[in-house]
Amino acid sequence: MVAKRIIPCLDVKDGKTVKGINFLGLKEVGDPVELGAEYAAQGADELVYLDISATLEGRRTFTELVRAVAMRLDIPFTVGGGISSLADAARLLEAGADKVSINSAALRNPDLIGEIAGHFGSQFVVVAIDARTIDGRWLATTHGGSVQTDKELFSWAKESQERGAGEILFTSMDHDGTKKGYPCDTFAALCGSLSIPVIASGGAGNSEDIAKVLTDGKADAALAASIFHYGEITIPELKRYLAGRGIKVRL
Amino acid sequence: MIAVVRYDAGNVLSVVNALRRCGVEEFELTSDPEVIKNADKVILPGVGDASVALSSLRSLGLDAVISSLTCPVLGICVGMQVLCRHCEEGDVDGLGIFDTEVSRFNLEDPGLKIPHMGWNQLKDMRTPLFKGLPDGSYVYFVHSFRAELSRDTIATTVYGSPFSAALAKDNFFGTQFHPEKSGPSGALIIKNFLAL
Repeated sequence: MVAKRIIPCLDVKDGKTVKGINFLGLKEVGDPVELGAEYAAQGADELVYLDISATLEGRRTFTELVRAVAMRLDIPFTVGGGISSLADAARLLEAGADKVSINSAALRNPDLIGEIAGHFGSQFVVVAIDARTIDGRWLATTHGGSVQTDKELFSWAKESQERGAGEILFTSMDHDGTKKGYPCDTFAALCGSLSIPVIASGGAGNSEDIAKVLTDGKADAALAASIFHYGEITIPELKRYLAGRGIKVRL
Repeated sequence: MIAVVRYDAGNVLSVVNALRRCGVEEFELTSDPEVIKNADKVILPGVGDASVALSSLRSLGLDAVISSLTCPVLGICVGMQVLCRHCEEGDVDGLGIFDTEVSRFNLEDPGLKIPHMGWNQLKDMRTPLFKGLPDGSYVYFVHSFRAELSRDTIATTVYGSPFSAALAKDNFFGTQFHPEKSGPSGALIIKNFLAL
């Protein structure tokens, strides 16, 4: 059976990794290529590189970075951040990205999902949804949670799937950064309503949280940033823990 | 010289990058029949739609060229599927080298997602392509259609039920998974192919 995936996420600004890390013996902590290669060597199943550059120059640097990552990494990687057109996706594909993640642009222009999937296949398109609860309903947000939309999580995820998304990356803005775990009931309902894989993001504080979202939450993969970057949990430790809980992982 | 076939079947860059990581510098990205005929080894990559890939191979006149090759050939993902007898995707005949049909996953368990995406295990491996690889090694898959088990099956993977993770017939090899994205296990498979 297919293994549950563990996916570290690297935030990149102007070609450098933003968050620090505590890997022993890794000298160039700011180098996203080296950091990604180290995660791959430790057993990461995929990587996500998120471009948080705000400038055109930063975007150009990011494309060059994607090219370097593709040459070095021997596992799949997704790139996201600021992808708002078919041309953006094509540029990143041409640089060697295995998948692109789209978020705000898909909410603004839902046709973009089908355009990218139609040209490059559903396996290339991840739709990221950042949602929070408002009066008991899960509503999508954009711009890192600062802009509220009226798109409801479950219907938007389903629509994304129907438009050609290959995966859904769901982050609960109620839990992101809290380290208090994932909303497993919501994940279970979301996973049960879709026929494409769901990646859980936002909220993991420890290995137990990740185990829960992969079992109770039925998620196909878990994505995390700071717990890996700051060495609070290493990937080999996490995977051994998950295997010990009877969860199928690639060791 | 190694020829990596360039045709309308997605990105060949990941294969090129994997060859470089394996220390191979002498390769050519090509759709030139003469170059392919004279290569020592041929790699046929592919992502996307098998029927699109097949019509591209046929319009480039490469279908007959590939079928007649006597050097080691490796088809990857859709590059493997087009070497089979028939592909359900687009209902097209393949090159017929591997004696099997490629059909859509028919999953009874609603918990199983399509595409089959992620890392899964290889079992029942045979041929030198898998030399040194322990039973149960994980490799990376992304696909919605799979080749049924046949006498040409040289590795199986279970997703709902077993299917052909890899096929071989004479000098032709094919992997449904992506060795170029399968970490050290994938690199070993590529090196084994290069050593054939």
